[in-house]
Amino acid sequence: MLDRTLVLDRLSKRFGEVVALDAVSFDVRPGELFGFVGSNGAGKTTAMRIVLGVLAADSGEVRFDGRPVTYEMRTRIGYMPEERGLYPKMKVLDQLVYLAQLHGLAPNEAHRSAETWIARLGLAERRHDEVQKLSLGNQQRVQLAAALVHDPDVLVLDEPFSGLDPIAVDVMSQVLREKAATGVPVVFSSHQLDLVERLCDRVGIIRSGRMVAAGTVDELTEGAATQLTVTAPQAPPGWAAALPGVHVVSENGTSTVVELSPGADDQTVLEAALATGPVREFTRRRPPLTELFRNAVTQGSEQ
Amino acid sequence: MNGNQRSVPPATAVRLVAQRELNTRLRTRGFVVGTLVILAVMVGYLLLQANLFNRENTTTVGLTGQAAAIAEPLRAGAGQVGMELQVERVPSAAQGSAQVSEGELDVLVAGSPANLRVTVESELDAPLRALLNGISRQEVLDAKLVEAGQVPAEVMSEVNAARVQVSTLEQPDPAPGQRTVVALVMLFLLYMGITSYGSLVAQGIVEEKSSRVVEILLSTVRPWHLLLGKVIGLGLVGLTQLFIIGVAGLAMASATGVLTITGVATTTLLWGLLWYILGFFLYATVFAAAGSLVSRQEDMQAVLTPVTIVLLIGFITGFTVIQEPDGTLAVVLSLVPLLSPILMPGRIATGAAGGLEIAVALVLTLAAITALTWLGGRVYRAAVLRTGSRVRLTDALRG
Repeated sequence: MLDRTLVLDRLSKRFGEVVALDAVSFDVRPGELFGFVGSNGAGKTTAMRIVLGVLAADSGEVRFDGRPVTYEMRTRIGYMPEERGLYPKMKVLDQLVYLAQLHGLAPNEAHRSAETWIARLGLAERRHDEVQKLSLGNQQRVQLAAALVHDPDVLVLDEPFSGLDPIAVDVMSQVLREKAATGVPVVFSSHQLDLVERLCDRVGIIRSGRMVAAGTVDELTEGAATQLTVTAPQAPPGWAAALPGVHVVSENGTSTVVELSPGADDQTVLEAALATGPVREFTRRRPPLTELFRNAVTQGSEQ
Repeated sequence: MNGNQRSVPPATAVRLVAQRELNTRLRTRGFVVGTLVILAVMVGYLLLQANLFNRENTTTVGLTGQAAAIAEPLRAGAGQVGMELQVERVPSAAQGSAQVSEGELDVLVAGSPANLRVTVESELDAPLRALLNGISRQEVLDAKLVEAGQVPAEVMSEVNAARVQVSTLEQPDPAPGQRTVVALVMLFLLYMGITSYGSLVAQGIVEEKSSRVVEILLSTVRPWHLLLGKVIGLGLVGLTQLFIIGVAGLAMASATGVLTITGVATTTLLWGLLWYILGFFLYATVFAAAGSLVSRQEDMQAVLTPVTIVLLIGFITGFTVIQEPDGTLAVVLSLVPLLSPILMPGRIATGAAGGLEIAVALVLTLAAITALTWLGGRVYRAAVLRTGSRVRLTDALRG
């Protein structure tokens, strides 16, 4: 396995009768942003808590840099739990310094690092305020700073984008990208699939404790049906219906939207369209992750 | 990428956690205000006591005319019988009478030394009457001695040398009442200290649980270190408060003269501090375990009640124990490990607890601390990460 890769290897966890995780495996490579998606209760948080050692797996193993993650190694992980995870009555700066020190930073280093992240995340004016007095968006920033303040080698974030305004989303995305660019594996869970698609190098989809898909967005969408939009003014209605592997989704005036079966050649469609006269538009549209996710989840439930 | 392994040594982790508790608690308004309020109540009580004490015991005597000559023998005589006396000179008998009726003077003395006339509002108290009678008689006696050709001073020095010899069967207890008061104050402080700081341990744990900080903390610190740091930190805060109140109280009580047995009180305070430490450690992990079972502050009261009731039983029986510190009930109760930290210091203050009893209580309490810390730590570790509904104690014990 590659160096500095975070590997989840066949993690299983039951809570009484409920199977929370069933042999969940995926890896997050250095410098990669990995999006972890799934519906509520699918097992995202459980998996993350196992990575952090906050919860013990029934079986399976978490490895980093080729070795099982131990207690000593966990201080090198930055973690952002889903709900808060800060002392409500502690001041922002004190809180970050404290967490940095608990992760092994010397007092001076801890101060420097806390101040750096406070400035970087636009919290300078709030540094002596109690966390509970901040807006939710600002609390989320403090939370991110808390995950980053000890300069971690791995980042694990549970729903970091939930409840953020667009500007905060941009700041958060940028920080995560920069962190990944330094060679740190970054994994985060999210419900905002458009964001995951835009931001992530790879995506894993979990359903009822099982991984149903993992790979780059391209890999995941490759196998899925592709849609084409063709505008050919002189084409007669139903011109595309007989083409092999083509399913007409809609015909709207001169525009036709067709869906290609996996393996069907889009060039055949173009030739057929050109045969009818001029072609004004020929767009290949990849289905968004949202659709893919919906498919993965519904296919799963039909099994 | 630095890639260095910077794991935190256990001692550092415990120290950091304890330091946070100290910093956040000592600086809170609650701590400062709480300490000041207790001190203010104490100052108020002592001033009241001291004032009553002075009013009751100091008698103001006005001397007028020839009677002014008895000022010296009056002061000397008062000193011998331990009477607080303030002697003033009054220009005229009329003015003196007025002062007596206004309450500025307790007693007005006029007339010649051999024939003293006393004016008081209602009655002259017996010791002062005896003192004044003595002075008059001395005056008459001196005159008679001179008549008989003797030198009064020579005769009197022989007379004064005659004294009774006293032998005591038991060590005198200078102030049994004061000992009881000191014991009661200690009982109250220990009960309050252990209950309130124990509750703070539980409250802190519920706060960490409900805010999920505990997830971040436990990803880098072991549960044991977190628990130990918290208990040590809060224990020190409580100890600081008890120390401030104890020393300030002792100093004020001695300065105002309300307390004359400073030695006993100091020993009691030192024992009290030791028993506070033992009692706090005894209960802290139990409070911690109880707190770790719930995830919301609203549910906390229900799980803490059994623990606080045990402490309350100790506090209530404490009154009986201090009233009758030598009784069998008092001896037995003060040896029960869960009650010793609250009851023993009171018995030590009254002087009823023997060295062997104290030693047995200490050993039993230390054993109980070991057992409860192990048990409490186990429950805490199992329950602290289970958020949501209340964790059942049996589930937590099973791990």
